[in-house]
Amino acid sequence: MLAKRIIPCLDVRDGRTVKGINFGGLRTVGDPVELGRRYADEGADELVYLDISATVEGRRTFAELVERIAREVDIPFTVGGGIASAEDAGELLLAGADKVTVNSAAVRDPALIDAIAGRYGSQFVVVAIDARRDETSGRWVVTTHGGRVPTERELFGWAREAQERGAGEILFTSMNHDGTKSGYPCETFARLAEELSIPVIASGGAGTVDHIAEVLTGGRADAALAASIFHYGEIPIPVLKAALRDRGIPVR
Amino acid sequence: MVTIIDYGTGNLRSVANAFERLGAAYCLTADPERIRRSERVLLPGVGEAATAMERLRAAGLVELLRGLTCPVLGICLGMQLLCAESEEGGGTECLGLFPNRVRRFAQQSGIKVPHVGWNSIHDLKSPLYRGVEAGAYVYYVHSYAAEVNGCTAAATDYGGRFSGSLWRDNFYGCQFHPEKSGEVGRRILSNFLSL
Repeated sequence: MLAKRIIPCLDVRDGRTVKGINFGGLRTVGDPVELGRRYADEGADELVYLDISATVEGRRTFAELVERIAREVDIPFTVGGGIASAEDAGELLLAGADKVTVNSAAVRDPALIDAIAGRYGSQFVVVAIDARRDETSGRWVVTTHGGRVPTERELFGWAREAQERGAGEILFTSMNHDGTKSGYPCETFARLAEELSIPVIASGGAGTVDHIAEVLTGGRADAALAASIFHYGEIPIPVLKAALRDRGIPVR
Repeated sequence: MVTIIDYGTGNLRSVANAFERLGAAYCLTADPERIRRSERVLLPGVGEAATAMERLRAAGLVELLRGLTCPVLGICLGMQLLCAESEEGGGTECLGLFPNRVRRFAQQSGIKVPHVGWNSIHDLKSPLYRGVEAGAYVYYVHSYAAEVNGCTAAATDYGGRFSGSLWRDNFYGCQFHPEKSGEVGRRILSNFLSL
């Protein structure tokens, strides 16, 4: 039986892992490769590395980092942050990445998804969507630039379009829940699963084992991605896996 | 020394990295003479079956691969190429070292295609699985799968049962990616190195 995946996410700036709370107040937490290896040994199913460097120098450091990750980590890993062309994605593939994730650049230029999927296959493209629910209309508004800029797009329509253009997976973060540790919007995830035929990764909001169990069952998500609960040792991966197994959820 | 066949189907780095982590010597080549003299051969593969067969043919490797007597391991598309035929590319004749046919996953049973992620292997049969327990999880990424028959060395369930691994004489295949399968994958590759 296909296992539900647990994916630690590492934000990397200038070669160091950082984790932001609501995309603000960055704190450094460690060496990305060392941390990735530790998570892999603890039972993480995949890793996601996001480059949040703002400088050219920082980006160069990240490309070198991807090569190091590929040499030292023996589980699949996804990289993202600033990928704006199929060429950018191709360089990361050559550096050893298993998948790339695109976000703002795909909203700006949806054909980017077709270009990467066409050249390297759908299994290589994860489309990340950050959306914020408008409390009055109930509409999920797609945002870019780490949640700061609202767009005209709506979550479900954009997710379907991304799938049609060749996305292999959708990584959805609710900007209302991210960093709050109050749980995921499970009905929204269940609707995404209903409307899509590709896997959905749930991100943003996990504070407890129950939150993750809920999004993997009621929310029908295929994987759960989190950062701070792992970085700060609040829920160690082996503890999480054992708790999910106890609840009858298939995990590795 | 492991000879990794470099026939232009994408990224060989992850396989090479895995052997490096195991401290095993390897080379990347498409040179028929070097492949013929190899101690062990690894046939990787990412991409599409018809194109990959075309490349093997162009490199003059089809008959050579069929005649190898050293241990040969095909990974992912590499395993499919060792089968009799694949549905991919409108029906592609492959190397025929395993009698299996390769079919696309049928989407009817409510499964998502491609099959991506960690799934368990059962009915383990070949020396590759020494020290690996039935039910161990390995990492898969594929849309086509080989049917189950007498050559099946590991079976996986995904909308039905398929061959996660094949074995016949000196030929071995893994549909999953041992190079991305953590500790279990390390074990399988190190078993290959001691064949």
